[in-house]
Amino acid sequence: MNKPTLITLKTLVWIACLYPVALLGYEAVTNNLGPDPTKTITFTTGLAALRLLVLSLAITPLRQLWSKLSWLIKFRRLLGLFAFFYASLHLFTYIGLYSYFDPHTMLQDVLKRRFITAGALAWLFLVPLALTSTTGSIRRLGGKRWQQLHKLVYVSVCLGIVHYWWQVKPGVTTPMTVTIVMAILFIARPALTWWKARRKNNLTYAA
Amino acid sequence: MLIRKPNPLTGTDIPSSEITPKDTWLDRRKFITAAAAVGAMSLAGQRLSSLLSPSEPVHAAGKLDTVKSPLSTTGEPPTAFKDITTYNNFYEFGTDKGDPSRNAGGLPTRPWNVKISGLVKTQKTIDIDTLLKLHPLEERVYRFRCVEGWSMVVPWVGYSLSELIKQCEPLPNAKYVQFISYFSGKVEKWAPFGYNWPYSEGLRMDEAMNPLTLLTVGLYGDVLPNQDGAPVRIIVPWKYGFKSAKSIVQIKFVDKQPPTTWNDQAANEYGFYSNVNPNKDHPRWSQKTERRLGLPFYAQRRPTLMFNGYGDFVASMYNGMDLNKNF
Repeated sequence: MNKPTLITLKTLVWIACLYPVALLGYEAVTNNLGPDPTKTITFTTGLAALRLLVLSLAITPLRQLWSKLSWLIKFRRLLGLFAFFYASLHLFTYIGLYSYFDPHTMLQDVLKRRFITAGALAWLFLVPLALTSTTGSIRRLGGKRWQQLHKLVYVSVCLGIVHYWWQVKPGVTTPMTVTIVMAILFIARPALTWWKARRKNNLTYAA
Repeated sequence: MLIRKPNPLTGTDIPSSEITPKDTWLDRRKFITAAAAVGAMSLAGQRLSSLLSPSEPVHAAGKLDTVKSPLSTTGEPPTAFKDITTYNNFYEFGTDKGDPSRNAGGLPTRPWNVKISGLVKTQKTIDIDTLLKLHPLEERVYRFRCVEGWSMVVPWVGYSLSELIKQCEPLPNAKYVQFISYFSGKVEKWAPFGYNWPYSEGLRMDEAMNPLTLLTVGLYGDVLPNQDGAPVRIIVPWKYGFKSAKSIVQIKFVDKQPPTTWNDQAANEYGFYSNVNPNKDHPRWSQKTERRLGLPFYAQRRPTLMFNGYGDFVASMYNGMDLNKNF
């Protein structure tokens, strides 16, 4: 991929990633956040975080599927960091608008409400990933250790999905979509690796 | 049979005397076009003005004559009509807040009958128009607190349920009142899986007889929109909103605590009493504070009031009861 194309693509992805927070800001200023703006802000930032995280996890399976898409790797860090950005906004909404910056309330919530425990842990596990997202970190940690550390993203996305399910009322199934997509992605990696290994060992005939 | 069937394509059976003269036809076309243009412009004008002032109440047909009530809550600005009618939990019509206003159009509010059954002197059926005339309609502004943690202030229209109950002549062994909502199985295509419909709720007899409990037929001076529980519902302002059953078709007097839909779903989360109580948390979230709707995000939060602020009227009913156990 040549540099101009890469720059164009990256700019577009930046714009797409910034769109949710920009829209939120615009709606806040024009008083268009709906009757329950606190809920709207919380939900929008949380959903954006989850979706971006899941999207970043779709990159490697896609690269395994089609070698032509190997350039997608250049976007994984961008999506991951934006997921962390939205997760942090989501956390800050909770701290400011739900707990009103009261540490006692926050402690109670994290200890007693399991969906908040799950959410807090999901964010916490993203912190070391954000801090070690630079190329310098890969060098300092060494590729293997860096890979091991970044496996935490699976824990984080699972906790994020559980956080969503534990928050909704019985009968509500809106978290189903992201759950199904993530389930597919979880199966995709070992499935694709297995499939490639079969082909390599010539266990299937070429037509 | 020698009856000639008219040829629909060529109209050869139409006598030429019936043909509209061309200039008349052109005039009519001009008239219809002009009328359409005027109609479109006035519609656009209306839409524009409603866009410019979005919280302007758009009244449904059916204004109700109301008198003011001393039981009305004062000092709280009512929530905008738009919010009250587009932010609803009415799961039969979908679980999204905007779903009921989109999907509840099929709810047939006329004819509407409420069956009075169970432990009463005589079982009977009352139609909605009789209910509307049973007692002078009052405007009752009440706070409305949802178990999810948001709240509104709604100017309801109705009269105390006790007026209806007196007319039902319940037997002395009737200890509870059960409310059963409409469910046809046909117009509620969005009802979530795993619920036992129709929606059922209930009150203890003294709670049902409390003057605050409102047999509700309207809001903002007009009949209830479908998504708010048309044509008749109850409002029990000191309890979480799900206790205020919507679109009621049967009121049954029973001697044992009746099953209630949300209690069926999750008994550890939704109790029979469900009095608004900042000291009794929902298992999954705190009830210490609530978010008032219609305010900017930084101004929504306020402390939850015990009994939603109606303790003076209702607290005595629970003297001696452990409200942590009986939630």
